[in-house]
Amino acid sequence: MDLLYQIFIDPFVQMGTAPDLLVQTLWEGLVSGVLYALIALGFVLIFKASGVFNFAQGIMVVFAALTLVGLYEKGVPAFLALALTVVVMLGLAVLVERLMLRPLVNQPDIVLFMATFGLTYVLIGLGEMIFGGDPKVMIADQLYLPRGAIDVQMLGGFVSLQKIDIAAAVIASLMVAALAVFFQKTRIGRALRAVADSHKAALSVGISLEQIWVVVWFAAGIVALATGIMWGARSNVSFALEIVSLKALPVLILGGFTSIPGAIVGGIIIGVGEKLGEFYWGPLLGSGIESWLAYMIALIFLLFRPQGLFGERIIERI
Amino acid sequence: MHMKQLALGAAIASMVAVPALAEDIFVPLLTYRTGPFANSGIPIANGMHDYLSMLNERDGGIGGVKLAIEECETGYKNEKGVECYEALKSKKPVVVNPYSTGITLALIPKASVDHIPILSMAYGLSASANGQDFPWIFNPPATYWDGLSMVIKYIGEKEGGLDKLKGKTIGYIYFDGGYGLEPIPLLDQLAKDYGFTVKKYPVPPADMQNQSGLWLNVRRDRPAWMIMWGWGAMNPTAVQEAAKINYPMDHMIGVWWSGSEDDARPAGPGAKGYLSLNFNSVGANYPAIQDIQKYVIDKGNSQTAKDKVGENFYNRGVMNSVIMAEAIRNAQQLTGKKEVNADDVRRGFETLKITPERWKELGLEGFAGPVNVTCTDHNGHHAAYVQQWDGTKWVKVSDWISPMKDKVQPLLDSAAQDYVTKNQPWPKRTETCDKSS
Amino acid sequence: MFYREAGQYKTSYAADQAIFPVLQDRLGLIAILIVAFVVIPLSGNEFLLQAVMIPFLVFALATIGLNLLTGYTGLLSLGTGAFMGVGAYACYKLATVFPQVNILIWVVVSGFFAAGIGVVFGLPSLRIKGFYLAVATLAAQFFLSWCFIRIPWLYNYNISAAIEVPTRTAFGVPVTGPTATPVTRYLVVLSIVVAMTWLASNLVHGRIGRMWMAVRDMDIAAELIGIKLYRTKLLAFAVSSFYCGVAGAMLAFLWLGAAESESFNINQSFLVLFMVIIGGLGSLTGSFFGALFIWGLPIVLRNAPGAFGLSITAATVEHITFMVVGALIVFFLIVEPNGLARLWQIGKQKLRVWPFPY
Repeated sequence: MDLLYQIFIDPFVQMGTAPDLLVQTLWEGLVSGVLYALIALGFVLIFKASGVFNFAQGIMVVFAALTLVGLYEKGVPAFLALALTVVVMLGLAVLVERLMLRPLVNQPDIVLFMATFGLTYVLIGLGEMIFGGDPKVMIADQLYLPRGAIDVQMLGGFVSLQKIDIAAAVIASLMVAALAVFFQKTRIGRALRAVADSHKAALSVGISLEQIWVVVWFAAGIVALATGIMWGARSNVSFALEIVSLKALPVLILGGFTSIPGAIVGGIIIGVGEKLGEFYWGPLLGSGIESWLAYMIALIFLLFRPQGLFGERIIERI
Repeated sequence: MHMKQLALGAAIASMVAVPALAEDIFVPLLTYRTGPFANSGIPIANGMHDYLSMLNERDGGIGGVKLAIEECETGYKNEKGVECYEALKSKKPVVVNPYSTGITLALIPKASVDHIPILSMAYGLSASANGQDFPWIFNPPATYWDGLSMVIKYIGEKEGGLDKLKGKTIGYIYFDGGYGLEPIPLLDQLAKDYGFTVKKYPVPPADMQNQSGLWLNVRRDRPAWMIMWGWGAMNPTAVQEAAKINYPMDHMIGVWWSGSEDDARPAGPGAKGYLSLNFNSVGANYPAIQDIQKYVIDKGNSQTAKDKVGENFYNRGVMNSVIMAEAIRNAQQLTGKKEVNADDVRRGFETLKITPERWKELGLEGFAGPVNVTCTDHNGHHAAYVQQWDGTKWVKVSDWISPMKDKVQPLLDSAAQDYVTKNQPWPKRTETCDKSS
Repeated sequence: MFYREAGQYKTSYAADQAIFPVLQDRLGLIAILIVAFVVIPLSGNEFLLQAVMIPFLVFALATIGLNLLTGYTGLLSLGTGAFMGVGAYACYKLATVFPQVNILIWVVVSGFFAAGIGVVFGLPSLRIKGFYLAVATLAAQFFLSWCFIRIPWLYNYNISAAIEVPTRTAFGVPVTGPTATPVTRYLVVLSIVVAMTWLASNLVHGRIGRMWMAVRDMDIAAELIGIKLYRTKLLAFAVSSFYCGVAGAMLAFLWLGAAESESFNINQSFLVLFMVIIGGLGSLTGSFFGALFIWGLPIVLRNAPGAFGLSITAATVEHITFMVVGALIVFFLIVEPNGLARLWQIGKQKLRVWPFPY
């Protein structure tokens, strides 16, 4: 009886008595959801265009952030470092396309997935060798990203909104809007969708696969850079970020692997669900449930709707 | 074909163990310069390596015998640590520093059988302070349980007396692994004795940078004090999150492994007031450290950045090496041999006595407190002090606090007993006891 | 020239359907077994045994387990580390609760516990396919990792939150714990691995293996010809987890002598998955190749600079190791997506007609 009370009644009582904490939790969930969504966005971009599940997206986030901070530490002014990092990500996209994707055209998906694993390892080793293993501080101030918090007095307590989180949410939405427009309205966007459907058919229509892949990996690289800046500004830039990118998988499950708005919605659902679950139900189970809650949510979701909220229904043909 | 030959050759070469020169004393350093704990591991590795290098360059080694220093990268992972240990065993190391509580726990049974001393300075298994049951394990100057009792003492002092703790809530945020779980039995005991409630906040190792949910809980629970037992990337994130929820930083106190400058700096001005325990000094203003600068760093034989010399964890690494060097020196005096082996160095550890005068002789006057190890007490249960972050550096804000020996000792004894019974058959101590000179 | 089958006649169906029909293959296998059982222990090199052979065999077994699931049945699983952990903790509980029973029995029995957990987390496999199933196994991985820390009963309330392996003997010789010599442990691990590989080989070449491969190739067609999908998939999960569980128990008891939750984390799952992919999906010999490659290459890379007289810092060697392993993974996938096993097959094929090109 007591246990039932603790599971079903007490959390809501807590929500009622401390509504400022509830709003704070919701806000924290929103923010982390947006950041998960940014990582998932990178996945979606590449998956949509090349059918490759880019496991290296997480390490690309870290690598981009490290390049930026590393260049700045070498003495390059902040915005020039930013531009140079963009160039580096372009270079990375070209290298990946030439050395990894081109030889693996038309291989089964699992092979390409594993190749991105290899890429992850290469980037981890390269990143640590060039930039060193110790965590770095993101150059948020130099990039004119806001610092500090706005403490809103409400509901009997206060809700602390970190300005950097607000900036992250805004930037993420702008990025999503830009990408959505890019995919729907521009010629390259249509070409990307064609390539996602079938490599061979796209080739036969005259779409250059190589160019498209470079474009899409570059776009994913830009998203990775933005994610790295945002995430690095909130905590440190270190290789521990790479594991967090695994959290993007439940986001993709919820949102569908090929949908950009789905990535955002999925990210928010996962982020909010995770934080609410950890805060109100976590102490029951001994806390620390954040590490697996997202996957459980995704799993339960999968049992009822395997293609996700926005994904395409898979029709099986014998 | 070429690839195969190269691989085969390398494999055969690796099977042939390359022994250290017979005249050298082999000192391996199990370090981590990669992975999520690198921010803590790098300065310690630098400090350890540089001091021993300095001894080689300046004095020609210890007692005229050079030290063969070799670093083995563990990444704070247990398997890598065990692998490093097994790989380096054949080179006859005289002491092993795992620098990880997890690796130490894995190596304790092995070292007791292989007869290689383990120095787990102020970490590892607290119960291994019991020299009778753990003749090969040493953990001066204080155990985690000593440290926790010192923290509670400090909190009591700040609150106006230990009896004032009754009814208060104290939060304990910790690394969810052997290192952070270790002090919990004592914490629960002290909570019972003094009447305060403990709220535990574990940080999973895989998700150390994502603590915002955890600190929301702290905000809800409003503990009067926060004790932190963190390492690696967990530390700076925790300090940042604490600052974010406007937790009074002068009520947050970390153990000596949560007291690096890099832990407090990233949070910026919000970290001001953050407290931590310490048992060595900060700063590069010591003749020995100047020697390190001259003989090692300026010559380019070190991976340390110039501005990192004298930081807390760098000095901690130096202290680790000082303890090793003194034990080796002791061993040489005890046995009269110059090339001492693991057995000799074990005796050297057991008779370790670094007095304040000895610290002065070493060129490190006032660097740390005295270190005394005996046959039955492999720790010494020495005092530590509390330091505070003022925004740019650490400042000593308390006297040397000694641990609550009356509370800690019985628990240590029963924990050692517990360990021995759980790990039967445990080798009974057959090593003789030298009286320290 | 050496590898010809000319002159080898089969006089019974059984002989014709043998797994190694060519005499040279059988001789080669016997030679390998002799080297493994006799030559390597006699060489006595502790480093080789402790740091190379024992982990290689442990991971080879785990790779076989994952290969059965992913390679033969086509169900991608990222929970290998957690299933290994279940085996290890189960073995620890059994060994401490029933200390009088031979530890080797418990090592094998702990596999059944892992099989049970594997079945539970394999239940979604009927509705979910492919990548999505991988996420379900990720849930298993993270949830079980959390359990290993959060349920103190599993590690007997040890302060260290880790399994501390007690010393146990078999036939009077210490087998686990610090007094067990590497030779003893190596022989025990080798025997278990050989026995279980033999078992897996029989499974895979028999009816069950064919059911799995049918599900992998086209599950709807498989269902049409009467294979019960649900049962086949769950059986695959069960057997695979059994192998992983035994591998995990051996990792804790016979290799490291200690284990904690971090020993069975997501990186371990990825490591075994790499071994499966590099070795070759759907091949038992491939599992051994993959394990040897992924485990042995970093060791070679770490020791090579020293052996050649170059002094590179340990950290840089680590970085280079990462990069080389990653690059080689990509390289192998480009050159031979079917893994080292396929390269081995091609090699044998070429040997059969050597010195002629075809």
